[in-house]
Amino acid sequence: MTIERTVLVIDDEPAVRRLLRLTLEPQGYRIYEAGNGQLGLQEAAAHRPDVIVLDLGLPDMEGVAVLKRLREWSQTPVLVLSVRDREADKVAALDNGADDYLTKPFGTAELLARLRAVQRRAPDGQEQPVFVSGDLKVDLTSRVVTVKNKEVHLTATEYALLHELVRHAGKVVMHAQLLRSVWGPNAENQSQYLRVYITHLRKKLETTTSGKLIQTEPGIGYRLLASE
Amino acid sequence: MTEPQRPNPDALLAEIQREEQAAKRGQLKVFFGMCPGVGKTYTMLEAARARQSEGVDVAVGLVETHGRAETEALLAGLPVIPRKKIEYRGVTLQEMDIDAILTRHPALVLVDELAHTNAPSSRHPKRYQDVLELLDAGIDAYTTLNVQHLESRVDVVQQISGVTVREAVPDSVLDQADEIELIDLTPEQLRKRLVEGKVYMGERAATASENFFKEETLTALREMALRATTEHVDQELRDVMRAKRIHAPWRSGQRLGVGVGPSPFSGQLIRWTRRIAAAMDAPWIAVYVETSAALNEEEKKRLTKNLSLARQLGAEVVMTTGDNVANALLATAREQGVTQMVVGKPIGNRFLEFIKGGSLASRLIRHAGDIDVHVVGGVQKGGGATARRPWSRWVGADLVRDCAVGVGAVGVATAASWLLQGLLGYVAVSLVYLLGIVLLAMVLNRWAVLLAAALSAVAWDFLFIPPVYKFTIRSPHDVMMFSMFFVVALAMGHTTHQLRAREAAERRRERRASALNRLLESVTASASLEDGLARAVKEVDALFRSRTAVLLATTEGRIDEAPHSASTFSPDVKERAVAAWAFERGQVAGRFTDTLPDAQGLYLPLQTSKGRMGVLGIHFEERDTWTLDENDLLETFASQISVMIESYRAIETAQQARVAEESERLHRTLLDSVSHELKTPLAVIGAATEGLDTQLKDAGLPLSETFLDEIKAANRRLDRIVTNLLDMTRIDSGRLPLNLEWGEARELLESAVSQVENEVSRERVRITVPENLPLVRLDYGLMEQALCNLIVNAAEHNPAGAPIELSAQLDGQTLQLRVRDHGEGLVPGEEKKVFEKFYRGTTARPGGTGLGLSIVQGIARAHQGNIEARNSPEGGAIFTIRLPVETSEQPA
Repeated sequence: MTIERTVLVIDDEPAVRRLLRLTLEPQGYRIYEAGNGQLGLQEAAAHRPDVIVLDLGLPDMEGVAVLKRLREWSQTPVLVLSVRDREADKVAALDNGADDYLTKPFGTAELLARLRAVQRRAPDGQEQPVFVSGDLKVDLTSRVVTVKNKEVHLTATEYALLHELVRHAGKVVMHAQLLRSVWGPNAENQSQYLRVYITHLRKKLETTTSGKLIQTEPGIGYRLLASE
Repeated sequence: MTEPQRPNPDALLAEIQREEQAAKRGQLKVFFGMCPGVGKTYTMLEAARARQSEGVDVAVGLVETHGRAETEALLAGLPVIPRKKIEYRGVTLQEMDIDAILTRHPALVLVDELAHTNAPSSRHPKRYQDVLELLDAGIDAYTTLNVQHLESRVDVVQQISGVTVREAVPDSVLDQADEIELIDLTPEQLRKRLVEGKVYMGERAATASENFFKEETLTALREMALRATTEHVDQELRDVMRAKRIHAPWRSGQRLGVGVGPSPFSGQLIRWTRRIAAAMDAPWIAVYVETSAALNEEEKKRLTKNLSLARQLGAEVVMTTGDNVANALLATAREQGVTQMVVGKPIGNRFLEFIKGGSLASRLIRHAGDIDVHVVGGVQKGGGATARRPWSRWVGADLVRDCAVGVGAVGVATAASWLLQGLLGYVAVSLVYLLGIVLLAMVLNRWAVLLAAALSAVAWDFLFIPPVYKFTIRSPHDVMMFSMFFVVALAMGHTTHQLRAREAAERRRERRASALNRLLESVTASASLEDGLARAVKEVDALFRSRTAVLLATTEGRIDEAPHSASTFSPDVKERAVAAWAFERGQVAGRFTDTLPDAQGLYLPLQTSKGRMGVLGIHFEERDTWTLDENDLLETFASQISVMIESYRAIETAQQARVAEESERLHRTLLDSVSHELKTPLAVIGAATEGLDTQLKDAGLPLSETFLDEIKAANRRLDRIVTNLLDMTRIDSGRLPLNLEWGEARELLESAVSQVENEVSRERVRITVPENLPLVRLDYGLMEQALCNLIVNAAEHNPAGAPIELSAQLDGQTLQLRVRDHGEGLVPGEEKKVFEKFYRGTTARPGGTGLGLSIVQGIARAHQGNIEARNSPEGGAIFTIRLPVETSEQPA
């Protein structure tokens, strides 16, 4: 809580804005608020916040439209917070540049964790050379993966998949993105590959004590649990 | 020849396709013999009984025992499909009932006498066509056939035996046989059987023996039967060798071509070529050269017959145009890669041929280059059916009128010459006659011109050449002028005749093109499908002097009962059946075709690359012939109409999709705003409670925790109710698009359990999934929700401490997901009711909406699956979701 971070909340419900203020301020965030999309874009331009929390159902314009306009000039991480729980809505938001998605009602702890995750990889930030989550340790420079300090042997494809998940640890990574980055641009419809390799990865990385390391977001993608 | 010693990929592909098609089609076995009485039917029945004892479902479609006792004994044990009675001109005929066979659908059907001609008004004119349809339907068939009924052998048999063979089966049918069994008997054995009365009964035996069963005839027939079988075996052997890459002489560098025309002799040529082609294992084509000379009705009929014979015998028919038949034939032959050309021996007038530069055969031979030319001799059949044009054609009202005009014109020329004689002298007046002949040649028939030339010569000689009034010519230049009349008449007449014929052909083509053009224009200008069809029907009716019905395809893949409103005639029940046949098979049927030719109308399937759009039915007012030309044109029309229907259908579909999309959008907007209104306060309460909890803990005031827990629990319940209500609305709307994905059942179960962690602690749930369960395709989001509901439901009824058991297993292509609790189970009679909306089980705890299980059912049904609830014998309830799924093996 030494460095003050700024967050812009774009939501038309004053109750939600107030609540987020109450929740986030004690965590060391400074809050800016906007009640509609236009205002939200102005605030984003004026204050250059570290992170944006965006509702999809805004009175003046769709949240996805706000995202599109925002992404024309800004790479600020965006967490979408909405009541819409259909896969299609989630995919549309993620496709248009949202970094993650959380449906209302939501738990405070979950919200804070997601906010941290979307900020972890700043656009120009350096990758951490070593990634640690629970028992899992991935050394990205030497490409060595260990679980409970025991080395695990991964095939090239398995490692590529894990690497992509590590790069976005804590955030949801869409199927299409994983397929594209691991198997190439023509593999986007081959979701069987992905299932099979995720299964392999889970067998190799998850121990009885670690629980679910790779979480499934049905219809959307996978999320690698990031340790706090 | 530098033919490579490896299988040609096209040939291999054809072989594979043939095998694939054969897998779907029924297998055909032909019991083949040299003549009646060799025991084909007997052998067939024996073979059928052997198959029956193997457990094959055999049925007799039709077997003729001819009263032979042994044969009848064999037939006794086989189920016979009753024949169909057909009334024809007061006589009751019995025919094979093809529809009954198709309905009964045995594995193997026996059909005797493949060459039989069906009674009029049967579906197909020939029995072999019935058999082909049965094979198409996937039924195996055994049948019998004599060599004399094989199309390519018909001529030879007639020559050998002197018996006219009326019933013939195209060789291509025998080629399609998967197996041919030759029933061979020596002529002596056969004659012995005949004497014993085993072949024909009673008196007929003696007469038959006199005629057909003469020893030398039998020997010849036997040789032919053996040869035909060998050819087939040869072909089979080559197929096998080709597929297995066995090096063998590749005979098929050859390709045969035969020139076909309206001559009755063409039929023999075609059969000859087919025999040679089969023996050489070479593909063959039949070429027809359309010249500018118009054909009369009889010639047109014969041409159509010849071309369809060629097609039936397996030739590819190629049509071309040109007045120099030899050149056109050779050009086409070169284009098609023909290596050997077959033409008939010249039987025309030697002198005419000389003028034309030799007979067709000799001109072909002269210009053939590296193409070999076979010149085949023909047997002139009696009955005056010669290759020459009938005289009747030349003698008509037109000719009489033309001659009269010619005589009159010569009279006028004579009168003019008489007047001018004094001025010009007798030599110069001949030019007046010449002028007359030239003018006449431009307008009259050439015979009339010749007559005029003769009259002119006589008149000039008699009236003007000195000595006048005597038929004498002295000076050489008079003789020259005299013959000049005839030369000019002949030359001019010929040229004009050709010009006129060409003009006529041009006009015909022009008429066709403009008809097509009009159709295209009116179709493009149409505003709707109704309008377009009405215009198209009008064009068709005008051109073919017919009435037309359009039967459109329905969404269930049939054709509409009622014709489209644009139609100008309405087919009755019988005609509709013909139309339905044409539609289902995608083939032309009805009048002037091989299928149901007794129908009143001709029915063409309207098809495009996207599928069948319907059927076009044409009802002719008065018409006895139907030419290839007209058929081509009608087919072109049909394809244009099909394309039009297709494009209007596409527009219609797009409109429907737009409406559906719009209503979907409205629905979504409504749901979104309702869920926004309900869920936002819930979210605020939830998050605020959590915040309060933290603050109280920080402040060291843990007392209120119980109250907070109550608020949290109530909030979660409220949230679940709202979610359920919204989901139910979505399911009820019928708009539950599935997002199918590949995934693992284990993952599905685990993720469902973690979704409800707040309500059902993880330790209480036991998951059983077999190792190496294949990947399955499901909507994982929806299915997870369904399982959550089932788990929450189970937890409600489960006594404290008892486990909830979750399992998944694959049973063939059905995925079974099971949730089991150890509670009191369902009250009998409640098993179905629990899935009804708002039904609350008698044992349910208060507070639910009674929607959870109906949502599960809705999701299962959206996957084309179902859900079932029952009590376990060991107590507790079991809910089983069964889903038909695609599976994909997991690699190890």
